[in-house]
Amino acid sequence: MTTTTSVLGGSVRRREDPALIRGTGRYVDDLSLSGMLHVAFVRSPYAHATLTSIDASQARAMDGVHAVFTADDVRQLGPLLAQVPVGKLRPLLADGVVKHVGEAVAMVVAESRYLAQDAAEAVFVDYDPLPAVVNPTDAVGDGAKVHDDLASNILITWEGGPWGNEEGVAATKQAIADAKKRDDVVVVSQEMVNQRLIPTAIEPRSVVAEWNGGYGRFDVWSSTQIPHAVAGAIAKTFGIASNGVHLVAPEVGGGFGAKLNVYNDEILVCFASRELGRPVKFTETRRESPHSTIQGRGWVATATITGTRDGEVLGYELHGVCDMGAYTQNFTVAIPFLGVFVGSGQYKFPTHMKLDCVTTHTMTTDAYRGAGRPEAIYYLERILDNYAAAIGMDPADVRRMNYIPAEDFPAAVAPIGFAIDTGEYVKNLDAALSHFGWSDLLAEREAARQEGRHLGIGLTSYVEVCGFGPSGLADLGFSWTEYGLPSAFNGSGLVRVNPDASVTVIIGTGPSGQGHETTWAQLVSRQLGIPVERIRVAHGDTAESPMGVGTFGSRSAAVDGAATHQAALEVREKAARVAAHLLEASPDDIVFADGGAHVAGSPDKSVGWDEVAKLAYQPHLLPEGMAGGLEAHSIFSPANATWPFGTHIAVVEVDTETGEVDLLRYLAMDDCGNVINPMIVDGQIHGGLAQGIGQALFEDAVYDDDGNLLTGSLVDYPLPTASDLPSFELARTVTPTDINPLGVKGIGEAGTIGSAQTIVNAVVDALRPFGVTHIDMPLRPRRVWQAIKDAKNGSEG
Amino acid sequence: MTINGRQVSAEVEPRTLLVHFIRENQRLTGTHIGCETSYCGACTVLVDGQTTKSCTMFAVQAEGTSIMTIEGLADGETLHPVQEGFWERHGLQCGYCTPGMIISAVGLLDQNPSPTEDEIRHGIEGNLCRCTGYHNIVKAIEYAAAKMRGEEPAPPDWEHEEVSA
Repeated sequence: MTTTTSVLGGSVRRREDPALIRGTGRYVDDLSLSGMLHVAFVRSPYAHATLTSIDASQARAMDGVHAVFTADDVRQLGPLLAQVPVGKLRPLLADGVVKHVGEAVAMVVAESRYLAQDAAEAVFVDYDPLPAVVNPTDAVGDGAKVHDDLASNILITWEGGPWGNEEGVAATKQAIADAKKRDDVVVVSQEMVNQRLIPTAIEPRSVVAEWNGGYGRFDVWSSTQIPHAVAGAIAKTFGIASNGVHLVAPEVGGGFGAKLNVYNDEILVCFASRELGRPVKFTETRRESPHSTIQGRGWVATATITGTRDGEVLGYELHGVCDMGAYTQNFTVAIPFLGVFVGSGQYKFPTHMKLDCVTTHTMTTDAYRGAGRPEAIYYLERILDNYAAAIGMDPADVRRMNYIPAEDFPAAVAPIGFAIDTGEYVKNLDAALSHFGWSDLLAEREAARQEGRHLGIGLTSYVEVCGFGPSGLADLGFSWTEYGLPSAFNGSGLVRVNPDASVTVIIGTGPSGQGHETTWAQLVSRQLGIPVERIRVAHGDTAESPMGVGTFGSRSAAVDGAATHQAALEVREKAARVAAHLLEASPDDIVFADGGAHVAGSPDKSVGWDEVAKLAYQPHLLPEGMAGGLEAHSIFSPANATWPFGTHIAVVEVDTETGEVDLLRYLAMDDCGNVINPMIVDGQIHGGLAQGIGQALFEDAVYDDDGNLLTGSLVDYPLPTASDLPSFELARTVTPTDINPLGVKGIGEAGTIGSAQTIVNAVVDALRPFGVTHIDMPLRPRRVWQAIKDAKNGSEG
Repeated sequence: MTINGRQVSAEVEPRTLLVHFIRENQRLTGTHIGCETSYCGACTVLVDGQTTKSCTMFAVQAEGTSIMTIEGLADGETLHPVQEGFWERHGLQCGYCTPGMIISAVGLLDQNPSPTEDEIRHGIEGNLCRCTGYHNIVKAIEYAAAKMRGEEPAPPDWEHEEVSA
């Protein structure tokens, strides 16, 4: 049954598409300003080395080269600011030493991008190589120290749960230790790598800056998810007021967390523009992007389940290291902490997590789609499958037995220590099993096995935490104070009915493909009865957008959407008073529908929106005491994050001769609360799935022992192509949240959080007859083939 | 050469890539750059009717050819059926790969007016999209193929049921 109450808008075509399908959308690199100069960086070929000299004389002498800047020029600006400044902050340009391959050493500014790259090759740098530590497990052992002035390579350790409760942690550890001593339990343990990934938005990052001394203002265009934060960081770095930076994020060609950051190049183009008196552009090349834009994931951890032989889990442990790279940027060490939030998943069993965030001589890691949550759910759902197999139980049954029960909601407190808004996990699981035909799938698998085909089925649950979030997160160290935006985790929206009854909505968050312009128009249309076509949604311009932190953490609809909803209600209330004045009725009796207002029960007593809007801007005609205008700005600060959940199922076939994995079907039953635009929500799931499946099967940022990135091009770092993926089969349950007035939770990351382990579980399921219990991602043919071979040798040996 | 039916000429460095000529010299910025190594396909244009990655062709190599970019695809206000399909079937999110993807689809349907899903997936595997998982891109191309054959496109698949167990 399709209910109308849970769909708040409907699948209307996107407002943003006409420009994008005609090629007239404007991305940063499309911008060309008069007199604009271009930047190329000289980057380190070494992971760790002393900089003994930089000779830029030849480059500086080239025609059309305006400057070559080094650390000597920018040292006084300080390091790149970071939101959670635990660890070593990145120098804007390497200062005496380099700490990862690709670190920016010098900045060349020239008339054209070709010339800038030529000149960068004419900058001669002498390096004295030093020992590098590349693997995070080496970094906590005998490996070289990354930063002499830090006590160790461990920057911080996150331990729970319950998180933040030392006595509780000790009790949890004791309970699990006691459980392990029981003779009716099995203990299933596995070390697993959740490998480093390169986010790879198809649009490389690009930034243009122009210093205008007359106005005392930087005008900046950047492909960023967080315009206000970048503007704030620029202002703080240069010691000017935040309103002295006008930053615009126009069309942003994909973000996925990689553009949820402040980058040294964003600061440096501002610096160069101020020094040279010309607009300056930097667009990263794909080749340098893995070194100039953050990477993600990079955990090595051991997951352990202790449980009875009939499926009751008595304890879960996850202990390991998380690779932070060389320098701390925006959120770096906070990403594993997001994993701790969902460390105990949807389950009620005691959970102990201990994650060391370690520094290595590699590029910084930070938020990549899911950001800590895919990693945490990966370990939990992988080891649960191995436990289910060990006790011979259906993976769905093991999960059902251990869920937090529906009656504990709302605000069920997870064993890891955080309160979950709403959840009906059994309902969602059973919906998946019945809708997708679980028993039929199992029968197909058995039939295939009889034919000698190696079919595998993976089933997993996930819960995510998103919709950040409560302003109170600032007390845990999550805010934007370092960029001059204390506690800006709330959302904002401004709704203005113009005198011609068109509507302008301006929001504090900006999309990178998520369809805000459509979804927000639907939210406002729903309250005002003005058609979506008459509503324009603006975003991403710090001079006009209300204060807000941006699009990430699946937060926009749940936070900024809720704020916009509130603003629309305020405007409607004001408009009702204006209409009541026109209709000589009580404001309480005014109903908005069909492009205007009428008196409840008297549709003939009506007035069009054009009349209402026109009057609202003529205060002398309004009732005594009523101010002119028809707009409202609202800020929404939720009481909690939101917690979507779901059940995913993958069906794979493995060619045991070649190790090739064929993904036959992917079935997802997600629950993100109420849905505004089902078309857009499904699209978010599709994209999220492709990235999780990409991690499971293809993608891997591989460094050699010297810290060289071996997979720095799209040839070596294969993204999923259309022919690698099937069409996805989606359905949903709807469990609204009580945290915001829309009942929406967020869907940007769910597909990614739910999928990698579902694929691996399916492949391992296919290969259990051979004795395979785990294969580390990505499951490329050679690795799968090797695992089969090793398992066969093991069983023979 | 002609671009979108308009005769253009300019003096450029021999090493100037066709994509830079199109974007920076001709200011047709709908053709995008995603990798500069011919892998992602964001820069795909039609050169004499053939889908071509304009980042791996020099501008001078295109002398005398007829080039079509995304800006030249629609007939005034009337969208090409592939553009319409991408809009109707949510075949794009951030829009960055979209011009190249649409041009590739146009080239595909020119050669094969009735592709199967598998043929579509293989036909566009030279174009990377990081947003959509390709699901709706395939639906968009199926929509366009049906339209171009004068048939009614299949309905969208996102109005699936809300399941109550």
